[in-house]
Amino acid sequence: MTLSSLQAVSQAQAPGLPRRAGLGLKHEHFMDVLETLPDIGFFEVHAENYMVAGGPFHHYLGLIREQYPLSLHGVGLSIGGDGPLDRAHLARLGALIERYQPHSFSEHLAWSSHGPVFLNDLLPLAYDSATLQRVCEHVDQVQSTLKRPMLLENPSTYLQFQRSTQDETDFISEIIRRTGCGLLLDVNNVYVSCINHQRDPLAYIDALPLHAVGEIHLAGFAEDTDSLGDRLLIDDHGAPIDNAVWQLYEKVLAQVGSVATLIERDNQVPAFGVLLAEAQRADWHLSQVNP
Amino acid sequence: MSLHDDFAEALLAPDLACPDGLFSSNGADPASRFVVYRNNVHSSLINALATAYPVTLQLVGEKFFRAMAGLFVQVCPPTNPLISEYGSAFAAFIQDFEPATSVPYLADVARLERLRVRAYHAADTPPMDQQTVLQALQGQTDLGTLRLQLHPSLATLTSAYAVVSIWAAHQAEGGLATLNPWHAQGALVMRRGLEVQVLAIDHGSVTFIDSLAQGTPLEKAVEQTLETSAEFDLHQCLTLLINHSAITHLHPEQKVSP
Repeated sequence: MTLSSLQAVSQAQAPGLPRRAGLGLKHEHFMDVLETLPDIGFFEVHAENYMVAGGPFHHYLGLIREQYPLSLHGVGLSIGGDGPLDRAHLARLGALIERYQPHSFSEHLAWSSHGPVFLNDLLPLAYDSATLQRVCEHVDQVQSTLKRPMLLENPSTYLQFQRSTQDETDFISEIIRRTGCGLLLDVNNVYVSCINHQRDPLAYIDALPLHAVGEIHLAGFAEDTDSLGDRLLIDDHGAPIDNAVWQLYEKVLAQVGSVATLIERDNQVPAFGVLLAEAQRADWHLSQVNP
Repeated sequence: MSLHDDFAEALLAPDLACPDGLFSSNGADPASRFVVYRNNVHSSLINALATAYPVTLQLVGEKFFRAMAGLFVQVCPPTNPLISEYGSAFAAFIQDFEPATSVPYLADVARLERLRVRAYHAADTPPMDQQTVLQALQGQTDLGTLRLQLHPSLATLTSAYAVVSIWAAHQAEGGLATLNPWHAQGALVMRRGLEVQVLAIDHGSVTFIDSLAQGTPLEKAVEQTLETSAEFDLHQCLTLLINHSAITHLHPEQKVSP
């Protein structure tokens, strides 16, 4: 373990986000937020949406940042990609962090770029030792370049690779152990993946290094069926949070205590008040574990 | 081929089979689950184009637009994660897209919408105060050598069709009633404060503004414009630029020291 990864561990254990519910900031809601200044723990933005020179996005995020803690959530770094990380993209992340001083930076255990092409989805990985080595090198590179620990989000997946030699939870645990990064525990992703792969969500959660959880994500899913007519859940962030995910969240909180919790909605974005109500529900659960 | 080579290739080409080496824990056909990834890739990119090109979509309808955008995604997938930049080749694709030839102005409307997105996200260079510009122009002894720096959001477009009128008619209910698309029109796109503006301008103004944007001094820019547009009205065009806070700097000629 390197010195920088040791420092990352110590910081990941003291995550910067308040132990409250937060909301994903949508541009449709900039004015709602600024006009009503709702009692929200933090806002989270997708980093890539703010990788523009100027204009309304920076204007409004700057004003909202003056009022609220911020979580910067990357969706395009392709940490699981089989090529080197895009240094230009890392530099753009560094510039955003410098400008907005977010309380947390997170990215996904997934790949989205391949060669010259960006595929705009979070794609699944084969869990073997070669992939583990590569992902750990990439996480190390992110943390040393950005000079801060990152949180890594567990994926939602629809398929598995015959080449995988490890469980997803062992794979994630080993990345966290080797790099000192924190865990962004997406409870909806846990539920979606466990239904899709016939796994017990509670056993999945028990197999993760819960001491490293720095943030929780909650979102809604869509439902389809596969060739056998079995339930196939799709992580589309386009619906209210399902009751099964709320129940799982309660059980997670009982184990990890109160943790910053984000309500994510990226498609079919409803009126701001609808999301605010979901955040209040998460806040209520948080208050029950840490009064 | 690596695992990701196969996966990426099959994602982009809808006719390719699901890659080897995948399985579902319940024994379901992996192809029935791979389609989720393929659909995510295509629909998210088509949605991004639909958001960036709303009038282009209205002109051909949702179904036609999504089919056309879907083909574009296969030919021109994004080359970086900045989705706000995605689609810079879309207008050129539409220009050559045979089924869209019955709407001849479609590509120019797409060009205009691309300029609007660029203007929306362009850098926040503050404009010069209008009075300051006027005083500087009036007090300048050697006006012809002056170079005008324009706002980074500013861009022009020349069309054989009434591209601004077409775009504007789709911003309000009932705007199509009096629309005549069959005459040439120039467009000026820029952001003023937080708002992107789209103005119809004559051909001479397009030439003049393009010339200024390339750093040509005032007198030379006027000369170049008059070569192709004898009716060009300098006073009117400068007034437009000043009134819309489009000028960010005035650069007097750099005198070379002996």
